[in-house]
Amino acid sequence: MTRIASAFSKGKAFIPFITAGDPSLDVTEQLVLAMEKAGADIIELGIPFSDPMAEGPTIQNANVRALAGGTTPDQVIELVRKLRTQTQIPLIFMTYANVVFSRGTQKFLDRAADAGIDGLILADVPYEESEEFRVPCKNAGIDLINMVAPTSHERIKTIAAHSDGFLYCVSSLGVTGVRAKITGDIGGMVSLAHEASNIPCAVGFGISTPEQAHDIAQKSDGAIVGSAIVNIIAEHGKDSVPYVADFVKQMKQAVQSA
Amino acid sequence: MEKQAEQQDVTQRAGRFDIFGGQYIPETLMNAVKELDEAYTYYKDDPEFRSELTDLLNNYANRPSLLYYAENMTKDLGGAKIYLKREDLNHTGAHKINNALGQVLLAKKMGKTRVIAETGAGQHGVATATVAALLGLDCEIYMGVKDMERQALNVYRMRLLGAKVHGVNTGTGTLKDAVSETFREWTRRISDTHYVIGSCMGPHPFPTIVRDFQAVISSEIKQQLQEVEGKGTLPDAVLACVGGGSNAIGSFYHFIDDPSVKLIGCEAAGRGIDTPETAATINTGRLGIFHGMKSYFCQDDNGQIAPVYSISAGLDYPGIGPEHAELYKKGRAQYVAITDEEAVQAFEYLSRTEGIIPAIESAHAVAYAMKLAPKMRKDQIMVITLSGRGDKDVAAIARYRGEDLYD
Repeated sequence: MTRIASAFSKGKAFIPFITAGDPSLDVTEQLVLAMEKAGADIIELGIPFSDPMAEGPTIQNANVRALAGGTTPDQVIELVRKLRTQTQIPLIFMTYANVVFSRGTQKFLDRAADAGIDGLILADVPYEESEEFRVPCKNAGIDLINMVAPTSHERIKTIAAHSDGFLYCVSSLGVTGVRAKITGDIGGMVSLAHEASNIPCAVGFGISTPEQAHDIAQKSDGAIVGSAIVNIIAEHGKDSVPYVADFVKQMKQAVQSA
Repeated sequence: MEKQAEQQDVTQRAGRFDIFGGQYIPETLMNAVKELDEAYTYYKDDPEFRSELTDLLNNYANRPSLLYYAENMTKDLGGAKIYLKREDLNHTGAHKINNALGQVLLAKKMGKTRVIAETGAGQHGVATATVAALLGLDCEIYMGVKDMERQALNVYRMRLLGAKVHGVNTGTGTLKDAVSETFREWTRRISDTHYVIGSCMGPHPFPTIVRDFQAVISSEIKQQLQEVEGKGTLPDAVLACVGGGSNAIGSFYHFIDDPSVKLIGCEAAGRGIDTPETAATINTGRLGIFHGMKSYFCQDDNGQIAPVYSISAGLDYPGIGPEHAELYKKGRAQYVAITDEEAVQAFEYLSRTEGIIPAIESAHAVAYAMKLAPKMRKDQIMVITLSGRGDKDVAAIARYRGEDLYD
């Protein structure tokens, strides 16, 4: 069983996202370890990109901060290698196609796998374009994680049937960012996916409160939270670790009680 | 061997130009581009749509545009006979209206009530706002804050036309950031909204749609040249400026299968292709994936998109449309780089020589013509597409020349 599959086999998953290098790679390392201790089941690490088309202002700014600090994809891969001597929590890269493609997709993925990465999410690669990444991911032993959105409709089943790791269900229209209300039909999305496959379905985009996380986890296999955590990091910078750990603890409890 | 087979397969897919193109966009937008593809496939051959569009092009936008014999320039440069394709004489002053009319009409047929668009120099924003006003759709334009400063007149023009203009202050505050922000807005609101992309770029089917709506330029050049130079006459060279590349692909399209016609795209070198302050994608970029397409992009070693620069807000873009990438890869078209200084000199030269003030974008094509025409024979013919008029640039050029003139 892969580390990702094993995480979902233990119950509803809480999956935090942070941008690697925001505010520094040292803090990212501390955050990963602290979030694991606070109950995170899988951690998404964003590799910063200059023009993140699917992100709202919160994560856009995290990308700007990480790049301004000189963070490179190579350094993020090396951070994963370092983390793997300390933790076995599933780690997933979330980034954009060009970061992986421009260096040679297979070469990049082989290095990432060797360092200990478990999965890859590419925010600008829909199912139709996924083949050129899926094959090298398979070669490297990395799960390429597909996304479905409220607009995916009849494509949800096809996408779910061809998914590895878990299915990333986008909760609402729009880009990433904290939302007062989750507008998509989560239950409908998840049940369509489960008709086609028993792939775990985790839901992200907009979730920021324990109540939302609880509600989402009732309708799915897990909740993904990014912007709410990145906001804490933006506020507290290098001192953010205990604040993030507290937040993760609350969110994990909310997900577990679902 | 296996890799080759894989690439072969990709080139056969819809929306691919050789290995370039594709649909690299967030999942949320996939149904929207599929819906657009289906609608366009239907309407492009629909006689009623065709006739409505032709009527708008001819009776609203002032087509066909002139093919003007630039006699003074021809004599002065002493080589090829030079014709100017006068897209600057279109309503709203640039080729952008050709695409805006096509796409906004298509959006209306699809039942959309709102259009959004990015703009660099402001010409595409003005064209989109114009057609939205005419056809009764809501219109919102995204423009980099730096470009809003450079092109303040066009910002006010768009507002006059009833459009809402949003300043984009992320990244470099220029065209690429405006494109990203318009994509973000489209993911927020899809059902009633069409994104009118202004160049032959983005995910399939946009590069094809924009090229088809701009191909009227080369179709007219072909016909008009035969009328004045005799049946069967083809130009020896066609020159156009290239940012994303829409006026260039429109100028090239009907000559692609005529191998005797040299196709030359003129990129913005900015302060020079050996400096970081450049926007010359073919000359300085490499293969990548961005803004929905696989193509060539200005980027660093880590795949981060480069903060490009050109005096021209309309060419200040780090990528190029996928069909240009194909034409370049196959050696069918060549792409030359023109510096700010060369473009400004050409801007001044055409104004003095022919009494025509070109857009600073178009001046990049004029600048290369000034180098190439003297090397061509007098019986050879060169066509330069003047993609737009230069009124919008006068204040910026004055500033470039050290005169404190503000519009």
